[in-house]
Amino acid sequence: MSNDRPKIEVRGLRKSFGSKIVLDGADLHVAEGESLVVIGGSGTGKSVLIKTIIGLLEADGGSVKIDGEEVTTMRSRDRDRVLRKIGMLFQGSALFDSLPVWENVAFGLIQGRATDRREAKDIALAKLASVGLGADVAGLYPAELSGGMQKRVALARAIAANPEIIFFDEPTTGLDPIMADIINELVVQCRTELGATTISITHDMVSTRKIADRIAMIHGGRIIWEGPVAAIDESGNAYVEQFINGRAEGPIKMAVRES
Amino acid sequence: MPNNPLALIGRSVLSIFGIAGRLTLFTLESSSHCFRPPFYPKLILHQMVKIGFHSLPVVGLTAIFTGMVLVLQTYTGFSDFAAESSIPIIVVRSLTRELGPVLAALMVAGRVGAATAAEIGTMRVTEQIDALTTLSTNPYKYLIAPRLIAGFISLPLLVAVAEIIGVMGGYLVSTYKLGFNPTVYIQNIFDALETLDIVSGLVKAAVFGFLIVLMGCYHGYNSRGGAQGVGAATTNAVVSGAALILVFNYIITEAFFSK
Repeated sequence: MSNDRPKIEVRGLRKSFGSKIVLDGADLHVAEGESLVVIGGSGTGKSVLIKTIIGLLEADGGSVKIDGEEVTTMRSRDRDRVLRKIGMLFQGSALFDSLPVWENVAFGLIQGRATDRREAKDIALAKLASVGLGADVAGLYPAELSGGMQKRVALARAIAANPEIIFFDEPTTGLDPIMADIINELVVQCRTELGATTISITHDMVSTRKIADRIAMIHGGRIIWEGPVAAIDESGNAYVEQFINGRAEGPIKMAVRES
Repeated sequence: MPNNPLALIGRSVLSIFGIAGRLTLFTLESSSHCFRPPFYPKLILHQMVKIGFHSLPVVGLTAIFTGMVLVLQTYTGFSDFAAESSIPIIVVRSLTRELGPVLAALMVAGRVGAATAAEIGTMRVTEQIDALTTLSTNPYKYLIAPRLIAGFISLPLLVAVAEIIGVMGGYLVSTYKLGFNPTVYIQNIFDALETLDIVSGLVKAAVFGFLIVLMGCYHGYNSRGGAQGVGAATTNAVVSGAALILVFNYIITEAFFSK
């Protein structure tokens, strides 16, 4: 595979809900094996951005190319093939509460890829071990686990099929600082072990500095700044500076009410 | 202009067409997955137990008392004309053609329609449905198709049992309370009963089963906005399910019996 072609290329992506414009021509490109973190305030369209890239939401316009293939206009069979390259960690973990932990982790293997159940269970146990969970957890149900453990299980599920691309939707939100750091470590570890390309969205700057190669800031439905993680402190961009320093005063006006 | 009456009419008409369109697409999409592999026989069986078997007590209770009341009421009317011998015919015909399927379906709409909407709605708002997609599993195929198939198969079985219980309730009241001759009563039932009575009742049951589950899935699948959204979806599923049962009862009766 040629290295000059970006793994993921997003151009002019637009998405609105009713009269509310969420994405207004967002552009992104992520090289193979790179970790891009998209930062931005709450309600700036971070989640919508990655859901539109994956195809969970239909784009109103613009283009999304994964490995050079246009996915926004793909037929469902081709899209299934592309989805097999992708794993995603959801903000609320989104574990299936009717299934025990190991079946959650093995779900994509058993249902999506028709792997033999016993083989899938072995893989699930190995993946659980790689996120620091023992075999004793495998038979429990998600409701019996703490938030941090649920996040680990969700992470094991996202990487179970060794995806080429992983999306992380606010991986550390709602966790205490120690558990957040553990998850950050695991995110970095997953990426180095699998060699996957990752896009994360977060508003947690500690997490961002730990997991990012490159940072992009989204505001008003567009990417307003993009650069390597080392450059974030000298961005020269008033929006970025306000955000990373967490100041109430500045060009970003937080919408208190949903318009 | 929020107060313009013409705009209001226009908006309502558009929203009605919008709902009709979405519902039609949803029905076509989910029905088509009932006939395309992969199938999930274990899930279908599991849903049949939930929809059919677990509804037996409440439906049986409804049926036995309906049969008993029916006999008492027809007796008070018919004895004035010395037409008591018609009672078994009236009871068995009304139970198989109308009361069995309609009452059983209404009870099931309350139980199963609500439970389906709540379960799928919760999966929607906790992103579990999105998670299915990222794990290469089509949610229509995995969540909705097995439920639709189970509803379509288990309601006729349930209604058949309910009709037998209802007729038995009528038989008990007739023979023990009103002094009918048991042998003659049963003979009258078998003489009066025609294949069409039973077939029309079971066809109704199958259609009602499909509709109840369809409404539960549709409202659950499209629920938005947390606990409140799931609550609204549950109510809508039961109300629209019950309304559709009554409308389709007329349509099917017309198709079978109008001359």
